[in-house]
Amino acid sequence: MATVSQNFMKLFRGSSGRTPADAPDVAQKLTRRSSGLGELARLWESETPLCVLDLGSTSPSNIRFFTERSHKIYSEDLLVASTEAHLVTKDEQGNVVLDSRRFLADNLVYPAAHFDVVLCWNLPDYLDESLVRPVMGRLWSVLKPGGMLLAFFHTKDAGPDSPCYRFHIVNKDTLEMQRIVLRRETRRGPTGAVHTAVSDGFRLQRVFNNRHIETLFRDFASIKFFLARDNVREVLVVR
Amino acid sequence: MSAPLSADLAQIGKSVVIKGELSGSEDLYVDGQVEGTIALKGNSLTVGPHGQVRASVEAKGVVVQGKLEGNVQASDRVELRKSAVVTGDISTQRISIEEGAYLKGKVDIQGKSEKAAGK
Repeated sequence: MATVSQNFMKLFRGSSGRTPADAPDVAQKLTRRSSGLGELARLWESETPLCVLDLGSTSPSNIRFFTERSHKIYSEDLLVASTEAHLVTKDEQGNVVLDSRRFLADNLVYPAAHFDVVLCWNLPDYLDESLVRPVMGRLWSVLKPGGMLLAFFHTKDAGPDSPCYRFHIVNKDTLEMQRIVLRRETRRGPTGAVHTAVSDGFRLQRVFNNRHIETLFRDFASIKFFLARDNVREVLVVR
Repeated sequence: MSAPLSADLAQIGKSVVIKGELSGSEDLYVDGQVEGTIALKGNSLTVGPHGQVRASVEAKGVVVQGKLEGNVQASDRVELRKSAVVTGDISTQRISIEEGAYLKGKVDIQGKSEKAAGK
């Protein structure tokens, strides 16, 4: 059985040099320890119900984890939402971008200062460039003062095809990671046969360096980095 | 997939479209389209795999296999099957969510005492 650190390396090294034969299976789940999640753990024991926003794919484990502790969990998959065709537009230079105003009119619509914790996971690395700053601005506004946001960032060693994962909380400092495979709509081909096109998930859009991350969260009160051995930085910011 | 046959089960088939207020005292299986409100206080609602419900729902139990847009208040339990696509807030005592289900909204688990207090 692979150790946790071996799993780390396998997951975040990206696809460079990897053959389809040793690519993770769709259903395969790998575990990793998360220092950032561990830092948040003391909050989960709070007797006051917390409002938690999970921005990853719908995770039954996460919903169970929080509801068992009497917290309220909100689930919103922003990566999937960003694939809506009606968001595509052009900027002043004629470049194809996503309409961030429209995106924020449909998503992350919550009262100001509503959440105690936002679980951002690896969203900033995979979200379209035109949405990253507007989304982070909105997240700042929906977090309570003193509220915390956890995000993961690849380091420069990650390849562009680094697989995108969904994160399931196992316990206070352990996550299960499951590769995301997008399912497209089923269509009938010219011969009448039914085809289901399946893409390989989301592509890594960029790699932030520390300065970029600090700039991204410049409106927040504090920022804390946790370096892991798997080419990932965990970042915990406090509003 | 066909709905389970039962004497106390009303069914809305795939080709049926309903707009308005739906209420009743028997279980309801929706495999068509419903828009409005659904109130089945002591009974259960099942949204079938072809069902498209755009309504606020109040029921004892809610099982979703298709698409549901609207807030759900269940006095007992909510089940989201793997093909479920739900947009709305869920308030219930118990919930089960299968791997693959999609949820955009809040999950609020209410204890019996909270329900009684009307919180």
